[in-house]
Amino acid sequence: MAINTDIQETSPELERLKELYADKGFVVTSINNLINWARTGSLHWMTFGLACCAVEMMHVGTPRYDVERFGAAPRASPRHADVLIVAGTLTNKMASALRKAYDQMPEPRYVISMGSCANGGGYYHYSYSVVRGCDRIIPVDVYVPGCPPTAEGLLYGLLQLQKKIRREGNIKR
Amino acid sequence: MSKSIEVAKEAIKKKCNPIEISDDFNQLQISISTNQILDVVDFIKNDEACEFRQITDIAGVDFPDRQKRFEVIYHFLSFKHNSRLRIKIIIGEDESIPSITTIFPAANWFEREAFDMYGIQFKDHPDLRRILTDYGFEGYPLRKDFPLSGNVEIRYDEIDKKIIHEPVNLQQDFRSFDIQSPWERTSYLKEEKNNNE
Repeated sequence: MAINTDIQETSPELERLKELYADKGFVVTSINNLINWARTGSLHWMTFGLACCAVEMMHVGTPRYDVERFGAAPRASPRHADVLIVAGTLTNKMASALRKAYDQMPEPRYVISMGSCANGGGYYHYSYSVVRGCDRIIPVDVYVPGCPPTAEGLLYGLLQLQKKIRREGNIKR
Repeated sequence: MSKSIEVAKEAIKKKCNPIEISDDFNQLQISISTNQILDVVDFIKNDEACEFRQITDIAGVDFPDRQKRFEVIYHFLSFKHNSRLRIKIIIGEDESIPSITTIFPAANWFEREAFDMYGIQFKDHPDLRRILTDYGFEGYPLRKDFPLSGNVEIRYDEIDKKIIHEPVNLQQDFRSFDIQSPWERTSYLKEEKNNNE
């Protein structure tokens, strides 16, 4: 099914319904908002740590930054994951494994490219064995710059991804 | 100079007949020819004066200007005498060198790496395949005549639904920013060195 985003979500009828049910223990919203709320609130990430960026990715999961407060939990299997974080240098030899992991993820799936190496080869751009950006292998939603990016940087990238998901109008099943 | 190094040096000099032997900076180093390698490695492993029981690394070096362009360098460690040994062998591109996996099984992957990076052939190696580079990789990347960015690059092809190899096409060529090294520019180091000499 597909939902048109052009529908006014703040139509007078909706406002009236909201008011009517607000103090009776009900929330009135559109299905589109509801589904986007669910999606942004459970971004389970597939850990694809390839180099030093992986350490910063681990920090994001620790209590100091605590990405789990956004409902995101690290998953070891791509089949459980919603978002793939490519953290580190992607080499030619690893590229097919990355693509395989991405192909195994269920829709809707998102990709965060973390660090200079994953964004565009970075320090190893001219190397004979490094992919010049992981977007040559898989489509990327958010690029997080840095070498490596701080844990806050990655967290900010995740929030940007949430923002991007909220913008989406179509629900495809 | 520690005594154990002196003893090991004498023992090696006497038994192995090396081309060259030195112990600069408390580091034993010998140069030998290709056909000596098995005997020498066996000797330095088992002789009481040496007992170099661990192989630390096997390295390759490429000197394109030399007639025999490669140098293979073995590093050994002796726990007993707390000392290290370096063995250097010079070989040409079309020559091979006996594998020492029969004496040091750990040399297996080191030799595979040297083969992968330089194309150095190890005779009687049990499994001389590439170890680090991509499957189906062509060429020897650490040779001086290998192009920096290689010959092929990869991308995922949306039509074929697979990863394909293409000739390298750089948007911007590699630029070498030729600035003087800050370490070499410090003139006082050179002065200090001259004063010492």
